[in-house]
Amino acid sequence: MAADSATPLLCARALRRLYGRIVALEEVSFELWPGEILAIVGESGSGKSTLLHVLAGQLEPDEGEVLFDLPGRGLQDIYRLCEGERRTLARTDWGFVHQHAVDGLRMHVSAGANVVERQMALGERHYGRLRRLALDWLQHVELDPARIDDAPVIFSGGMRQRLQIARNLVTLPRLVFLDEPTSGLDVSVQARLLDLLRRLTRELGLAVVLVTHDLAVARLLAHRTMVMQLGRVVESGLTDQLLDDPVHPYTQLLVSSVLPP
Amino acid sequence: MTEGGYAPVPLLSLEGVSKHFTLHNQNGVRLPVLEQVDLSAYAGECIVLDGASGVGKSTLLKLIYANYRTTGGSIRLLPGTPAELELTRATPRQLLAARRESIGYVSQFLRVIPRVSALDVVAESLLEAGQDGPLAMHDRTLRRVNPAQNDARAEAASWLHRLGIAERLWSLPPSTFSGGEQQRINIARSLIKPRPVLLLDEPTASLDDANKSIVIDIIGEARARGAAIIGTFHDPTVAAAVATRRFSLDGSRMLT
Repeated sequence: MAADSATPLLCARALRRLYGRIVALEEVSFELWPGEILAIVGESGSGKSTLLHVLAGQLEPDEGEVLFDLPGRGLQDIYRLCEGERRTLARTDWGFVHQHAVDGLRMHVSAGANVVERQMALGERHYGRLRRLALDWLQHVELDPARIDDAPVIFSGGMRQRLQIARNLVTLPRLVFLDEPTSGLDVSVQARLLDLLRRLTRELGLAVVLVTHDLAVARLLAHRTMVMQLGRVVESGLTDQLLDDPVHPYTQLLVSSVLPP
Repeated sequence: MTEGGYAPVPLLSLEGVSKHFTLHNQNGVRLPVLEQVDLSAYAGECIVLDGASGVGKSTLLKLIYANYRTTGGSIRLLPGTPAELELTRATPRQLLAARRESIGYVSQFLRVIPRVSALDVVAESLLEAGQDGPLAMHDRTLRRVNPAQNDARAEAASWLHRLGIAERLWSLPPSTFSGGEQQRINIARSLIKPRPVLLLDEPTASLDDANKSIVIDIIGEARARGAAIIGTFHDPTVAAAVATRRFSLDGSRMLT
């Protein structure tokens, strides 16, 4: 973790979001520093997915601000940027790995084209360079480079998730949003994906906001964890603190409801 | 401690430390475990915690490591230095930095990381320190070899060798190792980086006599380089061999 940076990378201030009369987010504030991995845990309906979409610029909050450290400009409210700026940010400095790979991949386009799509959107047209980049990234995520021309529709679930990761990291973003990246995968495939995420986040110094309902995933990947219930953060702290010495009744219930992670 | 003739400054200072657990899902039952613990640890000493099982020895170590949150009192790390930190009030980010740089902790059990080799598990803390370096913001690429990596692995290899882990195991993840082997991996992993404060929670519990004496030597070397050590040792022979001071927790529990 970059302990010496002076400003946080991402800053949420008093976020509030309603769906009709239902409160999906209330008074959510936190800071995320470069290289830091933050897990957001809670059961379905706790507001964790809403929070992720608000942070990622996909769902405007009713109240509060999401600030991101833009190079040379400091912390800027992402919802005050113009649409074009926000889109550029989302496809260069941010990544978003979806729970379901079909939401994050072009299923009928080759793996190689999936990987380099961001680079092409940024203007890279040189076929040889793009192909080399795709081959490199398939290897970084432990996919067989020989599959570069196959479409992900014929990939397994674990391979699709790894392809999604490659596609997001190809521009070396500073911040990645991970939405339940390992759910729905076999346990052995999960372990491999977690190990890959652990290695890549460390080697690239990525800051990550990770939404998961799996406390073992939080334990393995996240420096810090926030527990959400009914749209509010009920407890937050170092991940091991929260799991080994939960203080809030809801966190105690969560931790005692699973086999020891 | 005062041979030098000047007043020594502790590396760690606990004042009035208490810990109660409240179990909300067990009708809010409240368990007082530690009450008003005062303890300072100085460079070059090894404090052995004494007291019956359940008296809170491990809990005290976990409070210092900030794995548990204190109910009351203060825990100051490196008081009087520019790096001074009140651990009970520190932010998660400050705590992570303190663990990285200043506090080593050997737990009773190794929490294994799937698919990471024993060598890399042990080398990890040496690489963490350099994390802002070679792969920092402006120059991040996966192809670049971290120059610290070879040094860290060489150092890890020497620790594994010293602790008698067969070389054929180094490239394997420790999940399949025996209890004693895992414990030695844990010791190497936690002590490889020379941090000023060391917390040892039963580090020799499942070791044979030969390995116990190696760990006793390692603890002696850490003292010699000026570390302040606090530990629990089930084995009275080991406790007697490493202790420069004993601290009893028997009286600290509030009887309710």
